[in-house]
Amino acid sequence: MSQAAFEQLVDISLTVNGERVEARVPAGRHVVDFLRLDLGLTGAHAGCEHGVCGACTLQIDGEIVRGCLILAAQMDGAEIWTIEGVTDSKEITDLQDNFVERNALQCGFCTPGMIFAARDILTRHQGVPSREDIREHISGNYCRCTGYEAIVDAIETTARARNSEQEAAE
Amino acid sequence: MKASVAGYARAQSLGHAFDLLQSAQGEAVVIAGGQSLVASLNLRLSEEALLVDIRHLPELRGVVLHEGVLRLGALTRHAELAQAPLVAEHAPLLTQAAPLIAHAAIRSRGTLGGSLANADPAAELPACMIALAAEILVRSAGNERRIPADAFFEGLFTTALEEGEIIVAVDIPLKAAGDRHVIRELTRRSGDYAIVGLAGVKSVDGVRLAYFGVSDKPVLAAGAMTILNSGGSIEDAVSALQDDLDPESDPHASAEYRRHLAAVLLRRVLADMTNS
Ligand SMILES: Cc1cc2nc3c(=O)[nH]c(=O)nc-3n(C[C@H](O)[C@H](O)[C@H](O)COP(=O)(O)OP(=O)(O)OC[C@H]3O[C@@H](n4cnc5c(N)ncnc54)[C@H](O)[C@@H]3O)c2cc1C
Ligand code: FES
Ligand code: FES
Repeated sequence: MSQAAFEQLVDISLTVNGERVEARVPAGRHVVDFLRLDLGLTGAHAGCEHGVCGACTLQIDGEIVRGCLILAAQMDGAEIWTIEGVTDSKEITDLQDNFVERNALQCGFCTPGMIFAARDILTRHQGVPSREDIREHISGNYCRCTGYEAIVDAIETTARARNSEQEAAE
Repeated sequence: MKASVAGYARAQSLGHAFDLLQSAQGEAVVIAGGQSLVASLNLRLSEEALLVDIRHLPELRGVVLHEGVLRLGALTRHAELAQAPLVAEHAPLLTQAAPLIAHAAIRSRGTLGGSLANADPAAELPACMIALAAEILVRSAGNERRIPADAFFEGLFTTALEEGEIIVAVDIPLKAAGDRHVIRELTRRSGDYAIVGLAGVKSVDGVRLAYFGVSDKPVLAAGAMTILNSGGSIEDAVSALQDDLDPESDPHASAEYRRHLAAVLLRRVLADMTNS
């Protein structure tokens, strides 16, 4: 096996929203800049760029992560999903509709990250999570507009609807 | 701000990682989860760095029972710690501690080894290692050594790790049937670093109490432990904290408030140990 040395520009091969991507990235570029500047996918937002605000939350290899705390250079072989991808696949249309319905976004800066955190608890939690559980799960995502109440409403509404659909199906 | 990184290399084996570190002559650092390192690179708190990515090394993975201890690979992520059945059975302190660390999107990536090497004085896992009397297994190109957790944490973001050394695993004594493990912390918001926290382990050898957030490193409350382990009262143990702890004031809390919280936590942890 070739023993790679340090590189300033790193070749990576990965999938983004199900599509194969080959790229050469500067060693210090984080995933959000890679998506926004190199691939033109502007759904993931860069806010604080040190892990605090959650605006950059997206999915890598099946788990939610901070896009600003992961370097694109580390992404060889990875599978990334952004808000664009999960919107196109229509798997979270109900959640997105409930965000609009409940006024769970105003400026929208936090929304893509918030949706990923919400989607995560909706898929992981059996049954309907409590409002406390929902608050805990979105505690790493700042929203400076809504005051969170409407966001918790939208997630809870989605969880209830999904749960009754599932019960009806059983 | 943007990270300034001079170069990146993904280690293919532990040996390769040591070669890379050596070839960089002290200019390289390892990156595991990146959850502290990339944040500080982005903030330009760390100097322009060469990065050795160790995240894919199988030698640093795994949660196993090994020669009568629980061995946790350095790459065990906080999310895995929270879920692993062997951890819940043999070191439930860590099962309780993991969800207190940061947020889901950080726990999915941050690692045990990274947390210990980073040595934030308010972090949960360093204090847990001291409460559990764990040993930290460290390797370099030509050497391997075990460092007791007590001796590993030397000060603010400073450990006994020497240049070229990598944490490979930690060994944790197994919990016995009657033992009690309790961790409690006080934060302003969920997921924040603790203002004050306390990790406690009660076994046949007595109780071990490791505080975090009260000093430049996690500290054992030696005086309080001696009192409790010789049959003294909780009130006497609380008084002994005056000498055990010497917290400082910072923008998050005054020293006096930290002392108050340390006493509150001692009572709660001891109550939990008796009730659980
Ligand atoms: C917003 C936010 C909130 C947080 N809150 C908390 C919290 O409440 N409690 C808490 O404990 N932590 C918290 N963290 C930190 C988190 O736990 C990190 O995951 C952890 O400190 C570092 O682990 P890592 O694997 O990401 O390490 P990295 O960031 O990759 O590395 C950190 C340091 O350790 C070194 N290192 C990494 N692995 C090894 C190894 N195997 N051997 C030798 N050196 C190594 C690196 O060179 C670097 O110096 C928070 C982080 C963020 C961004
Ligand atoms: S931009 Fe990543 S957490 Fe704020
Ligand atoms: S909608 Fe503006 S920050 Fe959340």
